[in-house]
Amino acid sequence: MEAKIAFTLNGKPQTVSADPDRPLLDVLREDLHLTGTKFGCGEGLCRACTVLVNGRSQPSCLTPIGAVAGREVLTIEGLAGHGALHPVQEAFLAEGAFQCGYCTAGMIVGAAGVLKENPRATEAEILAELQHHICRCGSYAKYVKAVHRLVAAAQTATASV
Amino acid sequence: MKARPPTALPQPDYEAPDYEERVGRVGYDFGLSRRSFVKVLGAGLLVAASVPALAQESGRRGRGGFFGSGARTVAARIHLGADGTITVLSGKVEAGQGARAELSQAAAEELRIPVSRVQMLLADTGEVPDDGMTAGSMTTPRSVPAVRRGAAAARNLLIQFACRQWQVKPHTVTVRDGQAVDAARKRSLTYADLVKSNEAATLLAQAIPRDVELTPVKEWKVLGTPVLRPNAHDIVTGAHCYPSDITRPGMLYGKILRPPAYGARLVSINLAPAKGMSGVVVARDDQFVGVAAATSFRAEKALVAIAGTARWETTPQPSSRELFDYLKQNTGGGAPQNPFAGQLAEARILRRTYHVPYIQHAPLEPRAAVAEWSDDRLTVWTGSQNPFGCRRELAQAFHLPEDRVRVIIPDFGAGFGGKHTAECAVEAARLARAAGRPVSLRWTRAEEFTWAYFRPAAAIQAEAALDAHGRIATWFFININSGPNAMDTPYAVGKKHCRFLPSKPPLRQGSYRALAATANNFAREVFLDELAALAGADPLDFRLAQLDNPRLRAVLEKAAAEFRWRERIKEKGAAIGLACGTEKGSCVAACAEVEISRAPKKIRVRRVCQAFECGAILNPANLLSQVQGAITMGLGAALREEIRFANGKILNPSFAEYLVPRFDDVPEMDVHLLDRPDLPPAGAGETPIIALAPAIANAVFRATGAPVRALPVRLAEA
Repeated sequence: MEAKIAFTLNGKPQTVSADPDRPLLDVLREDLHLTGTKFGCGEGLCRACTVLVNGRSQPSCLTPIGAVAGREVLTIEGLAGHGALHPVQEAFLAEGAFQCGYCTAGMIVGAAGVLKENPRATEAEILAELQHHICRCGSYAKYVKAVHRLVAAAQTATASV
Repeated sequence: MKARPPTALPQPDYEAPDYEERVGRVGYDFGLSRRSFVKVLGAGLLVAASVPALAQESGRRGRGGFFGSGARTVAARIHLGADGTITVLSGKVEAGQGARAELSQAAAEELRIPVSRVQMLLADTGEVPDDGMTAGSMTTPRSVPAVRRGAAAARNLLIQFACRQWQVKPHTVTVRDGQAVDAARKRSLTYADLVKSNEAATLLAQAIPRDVELTPVKEWKVLGTPVLRPNAHDIVTGAHCYPSDITRPGMLYGKILRPPAYGARLVSINLAPAKGMSGVVVARDDQFVGVAAATSFRAEKALVAIAGTARWETTPQPSSRELFDYLKQNTGGGAPQNPFAGQLAEARILRRTYHVPYIQHAPLEPRAAVAEWSDDRLTVWTGSQNPFGCRRELAQAFHLPEDRVRVIIPDFGAGFGGKHTAECAVEAARLARAAGRPVSLRWTRAEEFTWAYFRPAAAIQAEAALDAHGRIATWFFININSGPNAMDTPYAVGKKHCRFLPSKPPLRQGSYRALAATANNFAREVFLDELAALAGADPLDFRLAQLDNPRLRAVLEKAAAEFRWRERIKEKGAAIGLACGTEKGSCVAACAEVEISRAPKKIRVRRVCQAFECGAILNPANLLSQVQGAITMGLGAALREEIRFANGKILNPSFAEYLVPRFDDVPEMDVHLLDRPDLPPAGAGETPIIALAPAIANAVFRATGAPVRALPVRLAEA
């Protein structure tokens, strides 16, 4: 049943021995102890478990580990590079955008995925992606402000280039 | 009556609630007397509505229980490190409501240190004082002052210490930036110096004086400012460990066998298929059946292997279709008669019934616990609003003295009143004992939607008589099943009779954000609009004419003015409504504008203008989060949330069928926080939710002409 599965995790090669049907979420959390990615529903409906697979936002609870063989997986732990926060993390932190914070990692990775695909993504495009995410504390208004800040910062950065 | 010292905070103008914690507890008992006890109660989360006396434990006053026993000495509240670290200890929990920031501010203010220097240790029963449950909006009015008193006492000890060291009088010493300073002679001493002295043990063992002088509001430097959550950085990096993230060496992952419906009893089960799987631990204890394995995946497979062999005995259970009749029929004696009936011959009478359904808190982190035994000592990490209550429940379930049980509550993924109990922790501990290794148990979403407790449903009967002047002459209001919170009317009515009648709950029910105030406020404020219509009055005028409470008037007038109610009400087809309410020492008013489409039938809330006042504001940024969050949560309860069940089965235990608000549901929110530095701060996590559903319902009434008499608000058949 178990198989060796090799993939790239947060920029580094990773091999795990696991049943290929196990959810990526479980392997990340239970085998690799990367617990920043959260379980919320197990049905892909809340997106607390969002990771990027080859740059695209995916619910890791519905992604079998076998399906990421040979692919690139990015989790919240791999987003900040060399001590500096990712711009999405910066924006969400600056706005204190969350309450309990359990949905935050998923939101951040989801937004980062949109920007990865299109660095000039608009607020509306980012929010369209975040529509899949649930924040039960109802911090949406602050998340919207954080996305606004994020896009404004990105535009400033682009303009100054 | 003893005179208050002039510096003491004025007392709140409301009574501390007699917080009747009517949460259905799971009566797990894994001790010697188990057999007879379990037989009565039913285990495996069969919270027996038929034995409320056993299953429902009332909150206790005094030592322990709802309010906790608090910290008697400075040392019990604040740990001063010789290395300069300052750790403040509290039994409160952080679930996103902002206790960590607020209590840090409270300590920093009185210790005269920057808030960044405070390390806040919350909710570890082995380390912190019992500050009671984190519920009832009590952190702000009770725990903030308790922490302030402890910190002020510590500051006074530093002054005492400095005076003795320098042989000077106290007035020559001031404390600033964590140091006692004698400015004239340019010398200073720190909290660390105090700790390193011979006097430290004696000084810190001193009791915290009840009347220790606190910093007046006008001198606040840290309180009253928008302080960010202290561990915010760990949240955005994913580094913070929630209860479901706790990992212990050798830990297994557990799964629990659940009954197919409420009231089902396990008759027999064949455990052999799971026992035959290598690395799988199986535990059965009467109605309790659980498995544990090295991965959740394997544990799930083991559970599936035995679940099919289980034989259950079921009994017919009520369904949501007949819920309200059922609740009315099970009040034990029926509803009382209106004592004012027929007293006013000329009066115009209105009699209505309102229905409020069961709903789920659905915190994004489901119940989770990690349990670890070491000899006969148990340590549990879990997400609960009631750390000391969890310790008590665990001790009872395993017949241990409470000092053998340690409960640690990492900042967790929300509660909303839905996590006051320890059932998940007890289940994890039972599995851990069978496994001889730590076990992590995280409920599935379906388990959370089915076996966690619900906000109680309510059937509310309201009857009022209007006198010749269009004022409410008599007021009769009966809440069946959901509770008495905010049941009294804030309006100056002639005569009133308000009563709560408990019923026999068909589902496990308990606390919720603002408890029954959501139901009572909905019914009262919607009824009020029907009465205003009967009186031919503008709903705003109708309310103001009968509202004496100056604080409630202030928020209502503020919300109405900012919303431009008086202009907009004249517009043809205005789809607007308003409502107000007061609960737990704070006041709220909301105006809502809705947009109604007929095909498909849909109500969209376009704009909410809400004014909220909770005394002196401790942290405006966190307060805004709480108010916006309450509006958003209230929106879900107003428009969509409803637990449907049939014969003991929950029919919509998933985010696919139980629709909670998402980004595109959020209306334009115009929030006005009224600061009252002259009033003691009241909690703000709950009351901001209570005005929204009735404001929306009243807007739908105005737009369609059809009064709303149930939640969630639905459009009448055309």
